[in-house]
Parts: sequence; structure tokens; C-alpha cells
Amino acid sequence: MKGGVKLWLPLLAFAAVLALIAMALYRPADRTVYSAMVGKPLPAFDTPPLLSGKPGLASAAFRDGKPKLLNIFASWCVPCAAEAPQLMALKAAGVTIEGVAIRDTPQAMRDFLARGGDPYAAIGDDKASAVQLALGSSGVPESFLIDGKGTILLQHVGDIRADEVPGIVARLKAAQ
Amino acid sequence: MIAEAGLAALWLAAALAAMQFVLAAIAVRRVLIDPEDGSALTTDLIGAVRPVAIVQGALAALAMALLIAVFLRSDMSVLLVAENSHSEKPWLYKFAGAWGNHEGSMLLWVTILGLAGGAVAIFERSLARATLTATLGAQALIALGFYAFLLFASNPFARIDPAPSDGQGLNPLLQDPGLAFHPPTLYIGYVGISVAFSFAVGALVARDVGPAFARAMRPWVLGAWIFLTLGITAGSYWAYYELGWGGWWFWDPVENASLMPWLAATALLHSVTVLATRDGLRAWTVMLAVVAFSMSMIGTFLVRSGILTSVHAFAVDPTRGSFILALLVLYIGGALALFATRVGTVRAGNTFDLVSREGALVANNLLLSVILGVVLIGTLYPILAAGFGVQLSVGPPFFNKAAGPVALLLVVVMAAGPLLRWRRDGLRALAARMGAPVAAFAIVLVAVLVFGGGISLLPLLGLALAAGLAVASVAPLWGRNLLRTPLFTWGMVVAHLGIAVSLAGMASESAFTKQTLVAARVGEPQQVGPYTVTLNGVSPVIGPNWSALEAHLSARRGDAPAILLRPQSRFFTNPVTVTSESAIATVWDGQLYTVLGQIDGAGRVQLRLWWKPFVTLIWLGGALVALGGALSLVGRLLRERRARRRVEAEAWV
Repeated sequence: MKGGVKLWLPLLAFAAVLALIAMALYRPADRTVYSAMVGKPLPAFDTPPLLSGKPGLASAAFRDGKPKLLNIFASWCVPCAAEAPQLMALKAAGVTIEGVAIRDTPQAMRDFLARGGDPYAAIGDDKASAVQLALGSSGVPESFLIDGKGTILLQHVGDIRADEVPGIVARLKAAQ
Repeated sequence: MIAEAGLAALWLAAALAAMQFVLAAIAVRRVLIDPEDGSALTTDLIGAVRPVAIVQGALAALAMALLIAVFLRSDMSVLLVAENSHSEKPWLYKFAGAWGNHEGSMLLWVTILGLAGGAVAIFERSLARATLTATLGAQALIALGFYAFLLFASNPFARIDPAPSDGQGLNPLLQDPGLAFHPPTLYIGYVGISVAFSFAVGALVARDVGPAFARAMRPWVLGAWIFLTLGITAGSYWAYYELGWGGWWFWDPVENASLMPWLAATALLHSVTVLATRDGLRAWTVMLAVVAFSMSMIGTFLVRSGILTSVHAFAVDPTRGSFILALLVLYIGGALALFATRVGTVRAGNTFDLVSREGALVANNLLLSVILGVVLIGTLYPILAAGFGVQLSVGPPFFNKAAGPVALLLVVVMAAGPLLRWRRDGLRALAARMGAPVAAFAIVLVAVLVFGGGISLLPLLGLALAAGLAVASVAPLWGRNLLRTPLFTWGMVVAHLGIAVSLAGMASESAFTKQTLVAARVGEPQQVGPYTVTLNGVSPVIGPNWSALEAHLSARRGDAPAILLRPQSRFFTNPVTVTSESAIATVWDGQLYTVLGQIDGAGRVQLRLWWKPFVTLIWLGGALVALGGALSLVGRLLRERRARRRVEAEAWV
């Protein structure tokens, strides 16, 4: 046969393209959006208290050597209410949870805490979503795992589900 | 009952495709064993293939028509209608919504495949009987696979019980008159090129690769290419005004998927001319015919399967993906294997000098192939990178840098090619003929450098080369009697001129666009390019199934009367989406493009304003290219008819 091997090159090239496509089809690409904040220091902020009797929150609080969970939430947010039992479970497991309330009022917050329990050591009042924007958080609720030196270990977008609680506790223990 | 009738038509069409393939296979086998075989059986077999192909196409078209009927009637007991339509939609979008989804678009795909096969069966006269029968057999085999895909994995006529009270609506981005024209036009081009593929397979099977085959194939390639050109041009304009991003080409995977078959078809169009006129480039032409349709199929699959993220990806499950993957292996792999085993038996065609019309066409083919390769690699690279766990997207920075210079080089070859003689020519003679184009190039180059002000290299070369190409493309008409110049020469001139016009538009758009993003108050004038735009107010507007905020803008330039523009921000409830309807004012030297953004609490309105000088040339050029193709096609068909008349007249004598 004339031409020989050369004539099979188009078929080979096609096979390579095909292998690539098959790979993508059977092992779909990971479309998780990874947080750009992981590994970065917590941006500086200082929010006043929202409720009398509960302190506000400043970023300095995350540099006391103890890893903590920072929860961005709001009383008007339905998934936040769904998340409340998981936060209570985390608190029961010894996790310190600091909160930043987005565009909230003291009265609505008191009702919210009365309904779902109060896992928060402090609740900062962020009327302008400034902390939320600085953290690159796009909605409520979102949680950040912060080590004792103020470095972000994990960004959790959306409400924490019951099956995710043990993993978060383990990450915090590991960070100690 | 309409849906059931549609499904029945689809089954019948599939059965006929199977029959068409079997009949053709037996007939071709008999003819190949004995080329002189004139037995009644062989003649009957060959005679049967044509009508079967025609009826198969008609049945596919009937199924498509019935699908459109259930959409128009808003029959929500059909799953596809319930998922993709809504009874309150204007009728045009119910009609076009029939193909604004996965199943419907696949049915449209197969319909065009069937109709293309039917058209070959009706109109193709000049091809040897074995080659034509093998071609129709190949076309039937392709259709069969896609009928199976529809019937087993993507039934467009499936019912839903109980029927919902109303549908979920159509993606509002698709709710535009463009949806009625863009997909069918593009599909005719995309799938029409299947005819070239079948011709190539037919010629390989019948061992009949030569000028006659090339002449027979050329009008079909040309026809598909015209629609592909129109489809891409229209799609580009649609994206430009509908998305409200102010860009006309985004190197989105789906755009690449339509560009790749176009590049291959353009190369094929030129190499088929070498084969038809000079009997050269035999194997290469066959290869290109296979590649062109393969690119269509791979492109369709990539964007439809959701493997590449794209606005054109419809939801897909792995079964469907595997099914189409198997079809790709069967058809493209089969054709390439046939090529590898058979093309060795194709005699080498005529040879030619490097400096000759053929030489320039080969250079054209190589450069087009390089661009095709660049686009293919850029499109597939994200998949490869994802395989290694890296997330990335390949965009304009890569494509413009990698394909831009090659495209400009191609423009140089394009300018020189038509000025060369067939077979052999001299460099010195070429240099003399290129005098005027080179002068045009130099004048524009200097003028832009002096007056353009800080223009970057690629747009600068683009503008200058566009001028040179424009002069060079009309050069073949100099000193000719314009009335006696063949129509296909006119076609070439107009198409090449269209590329020059389009290139000038692209270069001008990228070099001279002015853009501003402002938060405007009512009455505050904003400057963009030569225009002063003033916001006169914002008012609510109610449409058939949307409500919108509409900005009233007046744009002034010098003493001319103000142009009124009304960009909208539309809110749709089914499904809930907000779209931007840009308002565009077209003047002789460009377009003013305005988009309405958010309105803040303090009475300020976000406006995005662009002044794009000569941007319209991009699409005008595209239309000229398609017009050139049409002139060429008509010219070829007329000449062929005259030749046939002459032969028939001689036969009578």
C-alpha cells in the first residue's frame, strides 16, 4: 500500500481528540468554585454590637491563638434559620462561633435567636455588608474557618448541613 | 394525536434510511464487482435508492413540522413543550422554540440531513451511478444513527401525564427574532456539509476521486458554505445586540464550533476548485471533505453535551453523551479508516509549480488548516487541563495572538492568489500585478500611523492589509469586459472583497472603539466618541410576557438632529430572568451602542455607552462573502446546465 503509516495519522489524531472528549464525558470536570480567600489573612474589620449585652466583633478577636468559626448570617435569611441546629451542635462540640449579622435590626435578631437558639459568642452589626464584601462572600449564610493566627482555612458557601458538622469539628481540632 | 403522528413519521423515516442504506450497499457491491453490470436487478436497485432518499427526507421534514405544530398549539401534554414553552409566549417564539431545546434542535439537525440527502437524490445528475449510489448510502447511514439517537435517547414527542397547566417557558435570552433564523441557517450550513462528507465516502468506496467528482461536489459545498457564512455572520450580530456586552465575537466554544467547519469548508471550497480545474490535490480534497463534517459533528456534540460550558449547552445525561460519542467513533473513525485504506489507490493528480494559482491555493489551505488547528486546540485545551485538575478557560488573548498573525498572512496570500496563473507563473510578473494593492497597503499604513494615534500592531496591519486586499480582489476584473466576465469570477471578487470589508471593520472596531460606564442623572450630558448622550428619563414598559424599565436617551453630534435611543432592562417571570435590551443607532461611519444597567437609590442610572466606528463593516463583509458564494454557485450551475444542453443537443443530431 502506498502512503503507509502517514495515511493513518488523521485517524490517530481523531482518536486523541476522542479520548479527550470521552475523558471529559465520563469524568466531568470539577466545577466547584474554590475560594480565593483560603490561606489569606482575615481582612481587618471592627463592627459594633447589634444587641445590648452581646459584644460586637473585630478581626483582632481571631488572633488569640484559638481557631474559630466565623458565621455570616441574617435574621431575615431562611437558610440561616435552617442552619441554626447545626450551629448549636457545633457549639455543643466546643466550637467558638462568632457572628456577623448582615443588614439586621436588634428586634428581628432577638426573635431569630429566641426561635433557633443562640450559638454566637459575639454578633457584629454589619449594616452596609462591608465585612461580607471584604470577605468575598456573595450571600448568607457563609462560614469561614479561621485558625488562631487569623488565617482563613476554609470558606463554606451556603448553610452547613448536619452531615458536614463532624468534618468541621475535625478541621478545627486539627488547627489547634 | 399530532405528537404520535410525529413519532410515527420519525420511525418511518428511520426505517427508510435503513432501507436506503441496504439497497445502496447491495447495488454498489454489484457495480464494483462488475462495472459493466447492466442487469435488471442492479438497475432496479440503483433506481430505488433515489426515491427512498427523497421520501426519507420528506418524512423527517413532516416530523419537524408536527413538532412545530404541537409547540404552536401549546400542547402541554408533550413533555418538551411543557419544559420549554409557555402559552403566553408570542407565536413566533412558540414556533422557533421548537428548536430552542436539545430534542428539537436534534430533530432539526436530522431533518436537514434528510432533506440534504433528498436534494442530492433529486438534483445530482452528473455523477457516475456507483459513486452517487454510494454517496446516498453513506448519507443514509449517517441519518440512521441520528434517527436512532432521537428515537432511543431524545424522543421529542414524549408525553407527560398528568399534563401541567402551563409550561416552564423559554430562556428569555432566546426570546428574540434571531432564534427564528439563526439556528436553521447555521444548521443548513452545518449539516449541509454532510453532503460533502458523503460524496467523499462515496468516491472512496467507488474509487472515483477525480475532476468529475469534484465538479459534482462543488455546488453542494458552496451551498452549505453560503449558509454557514450567513449563519455565523447573523449569529455574531445577534450576540452583539442581544447579550449587551458590546462585543461581536467572544471565542466561546460554540462560536468556535461553528467557525471550525467554516474554516474546513473554506479550505475545501478552494481545494475542490484545484481538483475540478487542474486535477490536483485529490487525497487532500477528500480529507478536507471528511474533516469539514467531522468538525460539524464534534462541534455539535461538544457544545450540546455540556462538556464545554457554553450558553448553547442544553441539559444532557451521560447516556446521550455516550450515544453520540459512539456515533462519532462510527462515522468519523470509519471515514478516516476508509481514507487510510483507500486513498493509496487514488492516483496522484497533476503537479504544479510553487508560484502558481494552485500554489497559492495550497498555501491558503495550509494556513486555513493552521487556524483550524489553533482554534481546535484552544477549544479543547480546557478539557485537557481539567483532566489534570486545573480550571482554566481559553479566551481572546490566546486566540487573537495565535490565530491573528496567521489570518493576516492568509490575507496576503488571498490578495496574490487570484492574480496568479494556473500551473506556472513568475515572481516578477506577480510583483508587477501586485503594484496597486501594495500601494494601497502602504498609503493606508502611513495614513493610519499618522492620524490613527497610538494604534497597536494587529489592527494597524489589519486596516492596511484590508485596503491592499480590497484593491487586489477587484484586480481580476481590470481590463475585462465586465458583462462577459463569468459569474463565478464575480463571485470570487465579491467574496474576497467581503473579507477585506469585514477585516477593515474588525480592525477599526478593535482600534478605535470608545467606551464609557457612567452613573448618569437625568439631564446630565455624557461624552462618548463624537456623541453627547443625555438621559431624559426612565419609564416602565409592559410587553407580552415581560415588564421593563426603559431609558430615554438622546444623542447629539454637532448640529445634526438628536438620535433617540431606548435601551431596556427586561424582567421575565417565566423563568425569572433579567435581560438587557441594548439600543443601537447605526450611522454611516459606525454604531452608537447603549445599554441600561442598574438604577441606584439616589436617582442615578447606570449606563454603558460605546462608540464603535465602522463596526457594521464586519457583518456587511460577511454578507458580501455569502453573496459572492451565491454568485459563484449560480454561475457554476448555469455553466453546467449549458454544458448539459450542449451534450443533449449533440446527442439529437
